[in-house]
Amino acid sequence: MKTLTKNNTFCQGIKHGIPIGIGYFAVAFSLGIAARNAGLTPFQGFISSVLANASAGEYAFFTLIAAHASYFEVALITLITNARYLLMSCALSQRISPSMPFWHRLTIGFDITDELFGIYIARPGYLSPAYCYGAMAVAIPCWATGTALGIIMGNLLPLRLVSALSVALYGMFLAIIIPPSRKDKVILGLVTVSFLCSYIFYYLPVIRDFSDGNRTIILTIAISAAGALLYPISQEEKNEEENNA
Amino acid sequence: MPDFYIYLAIMAGITYLIRILPITLIQKQIKNRFIQSFLYYVPYVTLAVMTFPAIIYATQVPAAGILALLAGIITAWTGGSLFQVSASCCITVLIVEFFMI
Repeated sequence: MKTLTKNNTFCQGIKHGIPIGIGYFAVAFSLGIAARNAGLTPFQGFISSVLANASAGEYAFFTLIAAHASYFEVALITLITNARYLLMSCALSQRISPSMPFWHRLTIGFDITDELFGIYIARPGYLSPAYCYGAMAVAIPCWATGTALGIIMGNLLPLRLVSALSVALYGMFLAIIIPPSRKDKVILGLVTVSFLCSYIFYYLPVIRDFSDGNRTIILTIAISAAGALLYPISQEEKNEEENNA
Repeated sequence: MPDFYIYLAIMAGITYLIRILPITLIQKQIKNRFIQSFLYYVPYVTLAVMTFPAIIYATQVPAAGILALLAGIITAWTGGSLFQVSASCCITVLIVEFFMI
């Protein structure tokens, strides 16, 4: 790892960003259709996606614009749909080298998404800014052009292709959570419990009416806290993980 | 009539603050063992929660999503790369939906 130059790390970020970009493109395309319905121009969709890069948050945003919602409603819904990024940002704060210049936090933090967060935490040791920027360099343009093209072209992409591309993101999630599950029985247990609880929450009366984002937050806090209480990680484990970096 | 760019400034501003506040404010390594463990488990739990059952409903037929999930788990378990796992899910959906729709 130490022998990798910054340039190599950046390229690796680009490489890992490609499957994310492909998935983003498909998702952003359908997001663009929602923006089109709200009467946005391709440029407005593009700039929204460059600045926010948040699927659920932007979807809610376009829906609210279509409904001529108040500014307060936009603020509140944005807070709710994106609250899970608070947790991810907390987790990433623990993976930042004390020697890293402060401004990197402002730029890495700009693009904390479900998928980028996923590949960031899959890397051992401290987070490398170059790696993050490589992934962002693919992810943001794909996301923004996907949105703009969705507004321009509407429903042109064949449904078969959209359907296949839409699982690309979940495939990436699996690539991140399955290998550690194989090595660590506690993680395997937590992943299994998460699958089960998430499935139950999806159908449970009252709770099923919560937004996806809110169900994700509730389950993440509850299951991670239970895991931390029952199986606190030992200092040795942590050191071992850092030595592997 | 509310202005689009004011809407955008509110949405983008709040989204940015949510993302950068923890990562800029928490500058030290957290020493508390519970919080350390909690934050260590958060990524795996949150990604698992977001994957299932959402993957089943992302496709046109649920069977395609279920098989994509299995294909992804098997590919990841046997050491497939990020791209290979992702591709195995997409190809599974293409094949299953080709025969079912």
